[in-house]
Parts: sequence; structure tokens; C-alpha cells
Amino acid sequence: MTINQIQDEIIEEFSLFEDWMDKYNLLIDLGKNMPLIDPRFKIKEYLIEGCQSKVWLHPEFDGEKISFTADSDAIITKGIVALLIRVLSDRTPQEIISSDLYFIDRIGLRQNLSPTRSNGLLAMVRQIKLYAIAIDAKT
Amino acid sequence: MKSITDIRADFPILNRKVYGRDLVYFDNGATTQKPQCVIDAVSEVFTSYNSNIHRGVHALSDIASEAYEDAREKVRQFINAGHRHEIIFTSGATGSVNAVAFSFGERYVQPGDEIIISCLEHHANIVPWQMMCERKNAVLKVIPINDSGEIIFEEYLKLLSTRTKLVAVTHASNALGTIVPVKDIITAAHTTGIPVLIDGAQSIQHGITDVRELDCDFFVFSGHKIYGPTGIGVLYGKEKWLADMPPYQGGGDMVESVTFEKTTYNQLPFKFEAGTLNFPAAIGLGIALDYVSGLGRAEIAERERALLDYAVAGLSSIEGLRIYGTSANKISTISFLLKGIHQYDAGMILDKMGIAVRTGTHCAEPVMNSFGIDGTIRASMCFYNTEEEIDILATGIEKVIKMF
Repeated sequence: MTINQIQDEIIEEFSLFEDWMDKYNLLIDLGKNMPLIDPRFKIKEYLIEGCQSKVWLHPEFDGEKISFTADSDAIITKGIVALLIRVLSDRTPQEIISSDLYFIDRIGLRQNLSPTRSNGLLAMVRQIKLYAIAIDAKT
Repeated sequence: MKSITDIRADFPILNRKVYGRDLVYFDNGATTQKPQCVIDAVSEVFTSYNSNIHRGVHALSDIASEAYEDAREKVRQFINAGHRHEIIFTSGATGSVNAVAFSFGERYVQPGDEIIISCLEHHANIVPWQMMCERKNAVLKVIPINDSGEIIFEEYLKLLSTRTKLVAVTHASNALGTIVPVKDIITAAHTTGIPVLIDGAQSIQHGITDVRELDCDFFVFSGHKIYGPTGIGVLYGKEKWLADMPPYQGGGDMVESVTFEKTTYNQLPFKFEAGTLNFPAAIGLGIALDYVSGLGRAEIAERERALLDYAVAGLSSIEGLRIYGTSANKISTISFLLKGIHQYDAGMILDKMGIAVRTGTHCAEPVMNSFGIDGTIRASMCFYNTEEEIDILATGIEKVIKMF
């Protein structure tokens, strides 16, 4: 599936819930079920600055595509990261760089994107793209 | 004291809804809401007499200047300073601390000298001193705290030395709510003539402040935390210090005469008020102080103490909730954590219930470090909050615990 097809899929999943509480419950579930990151990547080098909760994000490049693993000490944040990974993991650097992440707005997480909110969703997106740009420049 | 219904009616924002629910505002430690009289006073500046202060010969400038100086007099009375010229308007408590750190440092601090602060300080009363110490090759000493979040007085006494140039401590911790025994701190410092700066950003709105009774050398606070507008703060300093210290900013209004060879400075307080100050906010602050005095500061303290006791009782009964900062002597602020739940997760869910709390380190990282945590959830209450709102918070917390 393309990045946009997965975004549309997420938007549809969230549209099943009208109540914000259910949406957050879904994020909590996603956070709890996110695959574990290798503990050796939970170091300062992979910590994303600018988050009120800690987020570690590790990129792995197989020569063609980048995959990400991540963790956070806050569950909702982890749920949001899980969504980002679902959309952007296993993509070529070019796909990641040119992606337009409209799903965040559409599922009602836009407020989390505000730079003043400092929960770092913006910092996470930026970091993912920076990794992609760095890898793209090397290849 | 006015009835709670009448008090709440004075604050229009308290009527609003958030996500379709009644707003429960427990972030007063960050900023307080404004009564209608303050909103009107600021609005009136712009609708009827806006004009630059101290500068014009015309009618509006006279009215504005007079209103501004009246506000200064109101501040003087409110904190019982000896002289009006000991009241300097700044941009906020942060601006005030920075002013003293710079001017005092320039005048008195030599390499190897020491400044004492406490572990309870807000970053605003840490970083300006670190910057000054770096500039002057001076040393910053920190009074430690105990498990209840109180400063350890004996340790403070040990830190006082012949090298100490100034003690700068908070009156009340923004992160934990602990009220610091500043009177004792000042008395001890004064035995050897060391001046003391008190950060009153979290204390002035909760009770009676008398700078002459305290005998502090400097006292700073922010307008927006005592129901006034943002962008205005106060630096009180004893005349003997302010007269001797150099200005920290140059510009208009702070000078007596300017030539390219030699500039002489204006008298106090104008020496420390370069450029056009936020005079509409200063005027609004004066009205806010009137409002607080009108309610009665002893009554406010009593009311807030009752709210604190009610909240402590209510929240303590929640399983898995731990309160940080358990001093018997506190402002109406409660910092807590829920077992196994990140403060940020809890804050996000409470927000969706219309409850405004603050999460994180509260600009007081050393306090968090001393407890080995990376943040808390903070509910900071004031006189317009109600027991019913505390119940809503408690129910909200129970709900959060069930979700995770």
C-alpha cells in the first residue's frame, strides 16, 4: 500500500469512533501493542529533543528502504509514534521526504502538531524526515 | 468575603466551555485569569487616554503618566514598601531577576564570590544567576531540600560565608507549593550584611506581603500571576541598593542628559525603566491589586488553605496517587503522579475532560531531579476555584487510572 492508502485506512479506523475517549483508547492500545525497540537503541543518540515525554526513534536502512522502531515513556505518545511508523516505515527515503501527512489533522490530532504543544509530534515527523534526507544524501 | 458565585462572575473566562464541558481551571500557578475590572481598565487605556508616559506636554500624556504613577503607588502600598521610587516596573518576575543579576553583579560581584539559591527555584531564579556567575567567575551555591520538599535550613546556614554576596530564594515553590521560611533566611543573611532577593511570583497572590516586615533587599513578582495583565512585573529594591547599582538597560526616559561625551542617568525609579514600559499593563496591575485587596488578602489565604486541605484529602484517597511536596506550609498547589501512568498521558486525558492542569517539570528541573522523577501533574488552585471542581478533578483522575 502507498503512504496515502495507509493514511486513508487510519482515517477510516478513527472515524468509527465519535467520542474522543474512544479515540484515545485506541491510541493507548496502539501504544501498548507497539513492537519493542531493541534496548541498545534507547540511548541519547536516538532520543528526540523537544518532547514532553521521551521518544526514542531508530532508523534502519537496508539499501532500499528505511524501517523505524521506536519507544516512548508515555503511552499516548507511543500510540502516535506507532501510527507514524505504520505510515512511514518500510519506505524509500524519497517516499518519506515527499510524504504529506494529512492523517494527523484528519483524525483529530492536529492540536498535537502545534509547535507550542511541545509534545514533539512535530519533532518526531521532522526527525523521521531528517533521517530520510541524511540517508538519501549518502546513497 | 464575597460569595463564590459573585467572585466567579467577576471572571468572564470561567464561564466558558472546553470541548463542550465546563472549564475547570487549575493552572493558576502558570497564569491567573483576569477579573472584568482589569480587562476594562486595560481597554480603557486604549479607548480613552492612550499616550506615551512621561514624555508629552499634552493632556493625554498627563493622564497616562498619572495613571501609571498611580499604579506604582498602588504596588508600593500593596507590598508596604517605604518609597514609591523603590518600585521598578519590569516585564515580569523573570525580567526583575535578570535586572538584579546584571546590575548587582556588575556593581558588587568579584571572582570567587558566591551567590546562594535553593533547590526549589524556578529556572527564572537559577539561570540569570548562572549567567552572572559565568560572567563574573563567581560560584553558585544551592540549598538542598528534604523529602517533604522543604529547604534544609541548617544546610543554608552552612553555605553562608564571607564570600556570599547575595541570597536569592523563592517565597513559594511553583512546582511543589512549599512556602519557604524567608523571614528566617533573611534574618540569618543580614547578621553578616548579606542582601536577600525574594522571588514572590508564587506567593504574593496567596496572602499578605510586607517587604519592610520581611526586611528583604529585593522582592520580585509578575503581574499576570496576581490577576493582572501579562508583560508587567515588579522589582522592589531597597533604595540603598537601587541608588548604588548601575542601570541594566540604556534608552529613553532613563537618562538625565545625553551627550556623546557623557550621559548621566535619571533618578530612581526611572534609571531602571528604559524605553516605553508596558504602561497599560501596569495600570491593569494596579486595578488587579485593588481587586485582591477588596476581596481581602487574609480571607484569600484562608479560602485557599481550605481548598488545599480539601484537595489533599480528596486526592490522597485515590489509590496509586502520590503527592510530591508534603510540607505543612504550602500555597494551594498540589503536584502529584499516578502510579505507572506518565504525567503527559494523564494531562492529555484530563484536558479532554475540560480540566486544565500543567504537566512536566514546571520550569524547575532541579526539584524534579531531587525526587528522581522527570515531571509531575500540577493542580494550582486559587480563590475562584471550588470544592466541586476538585471533585471533578478527582473523578477525572479515577477515570484516567482506569484507562491505562
